[in-house]
Amino acid sequence: MKEEIIIAGFGGQGVLSMGKILAYSGIMQDQEVTWMPSYGPEMRGGTANVTVVLSDKRISSPIVSAYDTAIILNQQSLDKFEPLIKAGGLLIYDPNGITRHPVRKEINIYSIAAVEEAAQLGNAKAYNMIVLGAFLKLKPIVKMENVIRGLKKSIPERHHHLIPLNEQAIELGKKAVKAMHEV
Amino acid sequence: MAEKVLKKGNEVIALGAIHCGCDGYFGYPITPQSEVMETLMEEKPWETTGMVVLQAESEIASINMVYGGACCGKKVMTSSSSPGMSLMCEGLSYLAGSELPCLTANIVRGGPGLGTIQPSQGDYFQAVKGGGHGDYKIIVLAPFSAQEMYDFVGLGFDLAFKYRIPVMLLTDGMIGQMMEKVELRPQQARLSDQEIAQRYGSWATTGKTPDRKENTITSLALDAKVHEALNHKLQAKYQEITEKEVRFETLFCEDAEYLLIAYGSMARICESTIEAARAQGIKLGLLRPITLFPFPTKEIQRMIPQLKGILSVELSAGQMVEDIRLAVEGKIPVSLFGRQGGMLPTPVEVLDAFKTNYI
Repeated sequence: MKEEIIIAGFGGQGVLSMGKILAYSGIMQDQEVTWMPSYGPEMRGGTANVTVVLSDKRISSPIVSAYDTAIILNQQSLDKFEPLIKAGGLLIYDPNGITRHPVRKEINIYSIAAVEEAAQLGNAKAYNMIVLGAFLKLKPIVKMENVIRGLKKSIPERHHHLIPLNEQAIELGKKAVKAMHEV
Repeated sequence: MAEKVLKKGNEVIALGAIHCGCDGYFGYPITPQSEVMETLMEEKPWETTGMVVLQAESEIASINMVYGGACCGKKVMTSSSSPGMSLMCEGLSYLAGSELPCLTANIVRGGPGLGTIQPSQGDYFQAVKGGGHGDYKIIVLAPFSAQEMYDFVGLGFDLAFKYRIPVMLLTDGMIGQMMEKVELRPQQARLSDQEIAQRYGSWATTGKTPDRKENTITSLALDAKVHEALNHKLQAKYQEITEKEVRFETLFCEDAEYLLIAYGSMARICESTIEAARAQGIKLGLLRPITLFPFPTKEIQRMIPQLKGILSVELSAGQMVEDIRLAVEGKIPVSLFGRQGGMLPTPVEVLDAFKTNYI
């Protein structure tokens, strides 16, 4: 198993922490992982993205030419990364604020209305976990028990009382993800 | 079982320092290496191992605090990124001239000048050829993963004390900012003052005892004969290091007809390039220098008969390629693929560059 993922959106949406939780979940089941953020001027008020690779074998390049999965949370990122998804790969996006929807025919496209779901849940901070849930529904590459263990490792202990809420958000994302186009 | 954590390369430099029994860190913040000192401040090793962590007023102050600590036989270090390392080069020359052990880490960013905070390998010349003034060398280690960032702190100190020489970890923002799985080692105790006096009392300023003359540490020798002798001693040391301490890794080199040579972040990207090339039936191998000084000159020369060409892959306008050409002595073609300004090539871009040069 080797999964090369880009997670991209605005700074503040929890893009980097979602990637970290996913990577830590991989470590909890003895996978090799890399977490390679975009760092620098583009993070300040602009877009943020992180490339996460999970693999059963040693990972060579943390910079990849094309992605198995793109998790996209704003228009700029959709424009930038839709062309870089491997044929037959997966695109998950939140339609909130999207005016130009994905167009490729040879990839699987799913939407997750995570902004709406988070509002209904009454917790905007659960946003990225709803998106993570959508991904895990479609590609269950890490077991749920390891995601919880990954969460515990990723967030400070003073926030551990929020783990059940995060779990609830992940389950919500699993239910709310919708197929838009399948190959 | 050893603890496995998900950490940034910069963060585990800090943990590596604490765990190997480092006595002191002196630094000044600069992107993309600020997590080194931030992690040390969070970990508060002064409460556990007694390690000193100090934010100095500048890089120049930091490297001179390192000089002072090293004089006393202490395991001391600093870290910075390119513009900061330029400021430290005067101090490095003094440390080399005084034959002092210490560890520095340069998490390289794009230059020249203030440049960019994105990854670069444009400080190869500065690290490998000197940087400061005078005929000196330092041992340069090039970690290519978070695990090596952690491991090479301890290795770096071992080499520094073995040869009484400054050691530098030369890496870049990509390896510094990337998180990977890192296996941590058990805490090693710091040496006591008595242990330091026992081990390094022959040269360090650990306090004069009645049975010996005082130890003087200086890089100043105004008598030309004395100074030439000091230089000869340094050169003999560098020669010994060149013979004994070369480290490198090879991938798919047994039957390789062409060779990529890359270190640090670029070696990671080139590993994927090799996998793609092999899938297309191209007999491409990778040589990854782990020590940049000493450089794996002999290994390159050993491989020349089987090779049709070499491509040096660097985040620079071509620096390491000069050392490759010195090793090859014109016997086979040596080309360069370099990106600058913080641009990172993808594995496919490197393969395309290889094909443009050789296929």
